[in-house]
Amino acid sequence: MSTSLSPTPATNPIGDFTAERFNAHLAGIPNSVPAWWIERKRSAYAEFASLPMPARTDETWRFSSREHLSLSGLSSATGETRAASPATGIEIEDAAARLTFVDGKLSGRTPLSRELTSSGIVVGTILEGLTTHSELLRKHFMAQPQKLGSEKFAALHTAFIPDGAFIYVPRNVELKSPIVITHASTGAGSAVFPHTLVVAEENSRVTVVDVFVTLDSGRTGRSPESKVTIDAFACGANDLYAAHGASITYAAAQLWSDATLSFQLNSTLVRRDARVQSLNLHLGGSQARHESLSQLQAPGAFSEMLAVSLASADQEFDQRTLQIHQAPNTKSDLLYKNALLDKARTIFSGLIIVDSDAQKTDAYQSNRNLMLSDNADASSLPGLEIQANDVRCTHGSTTSRIDPTQLFYLESRGISPAVARELLVFGFFEEVLNRLENESLHAVLIRLIEHHFRRAWQPPSK
Amino acid sequence: MSSLEIRDLHVAIGEKPIVKSLSLTINPGEVHAIMGPNGTGKSTLAKAIAGHPDYTITQGDVLLGGKSILEQEPDERARAGIFLAFQYPSEIPGVSIANFLRAAVQARMGEGEELDATAYYKRLYQKMDLLKIDRKFTSRSVNEGFSGGEKKRCEILQMAMLEPRFALMDETDSGLDIDALRIVAEGVNTLRGPGLGVMLITHYQRLLEYIVPDFVHVMYDGRIVKSGDKSLALELESRGYDWVKQELAVA
Repeated sequence: MSTSLSPTPATNPIGDFTAERFNAHLAGIPNSVPAWWIERKRSAYAEFASLPMPARTDETWRFSSREHLSLSGLSSATGETRAASPATGIEIEDAAARLTFVDGKLSGRTPLSRELTSSGIVVGTILEGLTTHSELLRKHFMAQPQKLGSEKFAALHTAFIPDGAFIYVPRNVELKSPIVITHASTGAGSAVFPHTLVVAEENSRVTVVDVFVTLDSGRTGRSPESKVTIDAFACGANDLYAAHGASITYAAAQLWSDATLSFQLNSTLVRRDARVQSLNLHLGGSQARHESLSQLQAPGAFSEMLAVSLASADQEFDQRTLQIHQAPNTKSDLLYKNALLDKARTIFSGLIIVDSDAQKTDAYQSNRNLMLSDNADASSLPGLEIQANDVRCTHGSTTSRIDPTQLFYLESRGISPAVARELLVFGFFEEVLNRLENESLHAVLIRLIEHHFRRAWQPPSK
Repeated sequence: MSSLEIRDLHVAIGEKPIVKSLSLTINPGEVHAIMGPNGTGKSTLAKAIAGHPDYTITQGDVLLGGKSILEQEPDERARAGIFLAFQYPSEIPGVSIANFLRAAVQARMGEGEELDATAYYKRLYQKMDLLKIDRKFTSRSVNEGFSGGEKKRCEILQMAMLEPRFALMDETDSGLDIDALRIVAEGVNTLRGPGLGVMLITHYQRLLEYIVPDFVHVMYDGRIVKSGDKSLALELESRGYDWVKQELAVA
């Protein structure tokens, strides 16, 4: 250690998240929570404070910016609650239930129908769950290993999380309509720790949508020339647990302000014959890192990992994934697509690990980048570690530009170059988005992308 | 009467001249077949008129209704009434036929004008039925995974929806079996009428049995070397292109 150069400038390992601040956070927690919650927070804070900041030489931070990780200049998120239901542009008409958190505090709630409540489904807060389902939370909350480089930030999340969403679906209960969780930040100066925890018991079925949004940002998009300024911090996580035969569809729309430093750490655990589909849409943030771990723990388990990013201005989207096959006859399918404008950067680093007894694994990993600017930069690091001998694993990455042949084809039908490019970009994303079965969700995500795309992209004028 | 007038046209790819002093006038309602051996500049002619960026017009002019279109972008030419039916239509993954055609129809509407979705779909289905295209194709990606025949039918579908004034049909018969050829020809014949002029580029006489042309031109080495009526096509079929080459050599 003594020989390595200290990384600059993020040498301070805790930034604003001092012991005083942590103690103040603990003091604000209701007395009703079980002791383990406080203990876990204490040990998480100790871990956070002792772990070093990511260093230049860390493989898990290869290509990533580290100059904005100082964690300072962020005042405490006091959570003075504003509008009860922030307008997010997410209008999913057939939502079964909604929860809205502003700076981590529950501020709005549309409960499940009486009928659904009587089926035993729970759509509540983590604070409520700590009273009613303490053992379940203890078993599933941030319980999986952090292997993708943000151990320090995962610990910070656990230490400071004030509340979050807790969704529980009992055995054999199927819910078709999505549950929509909005995690809002009040922006400048705030630090938020959003969390959504989903436990789907045997043969149950559920769809959950997370929306990450900054309120009153009042910004109209950063110009390609402006310098990076970060005034808000989001350090979120989600835990998805699919028991035997369960099915979880999870979609997330990340719409943080363009001055937000964002971490989102996902853990997906898939049991026998269960299926999890997750789709992450990345549109916001200045620097947004997403880590996703899928563990396929029993035969028949299937995890479909999808992501769509539209990176513009000087945004950096940093995606780190790990598919671990721990049992035979398991399947994972990853497809991450990025479209890059301006001086945006994307990093994809994905690893498939197949354990020695995970024969007949079927694993797929693909990262595709569409460059819409000569100044954008996409890095891709696909990887495999296979210890079994009878498996099918494919991985790869491609980087391409708009195909001039396709562009001419569209233009020859009278479609303007700007609209033609837009069609081709959406065509590029569609291969991911059309994996969603829920059509209204599909339409909502497309509208969000359209909104950002038109704001971000001024096509070259003739 | 607005016609498509090609005047002393010279087209090059890079530095290489392909079309050399070609003149032809197509009036509305007329079908002109352009025949000729491979590599003689037929496709280049069609793509250059449509505005393909790889082709440079080095001399001459193309006029639509008396106005030069050479300064127009490909999309402007298309909206002015030029339609290129591609020999090898592009596959556009992720863009459905319905969305693609809607964008093309919308591009022809005025600012602030709204597309009547119900009427649009009604018209689309009607044209699809006519061309025996399964209605399920509307949600399929443009040309992706289509057979040769499906691609060509999709080209005719677009033509039917966009109602051009002049269609440049580039080897529309290539790669089609006889059934597909019949369907495509039937589609073109229904679109024939006083409002549409057609330039039908083909290598073989076979297509002209189904789409009977008003004029037949033989193109060789970048220019039209012989013109006549449909009987010229038959003569070419029996005597082959060598006959034209020999005649040219004598002259």
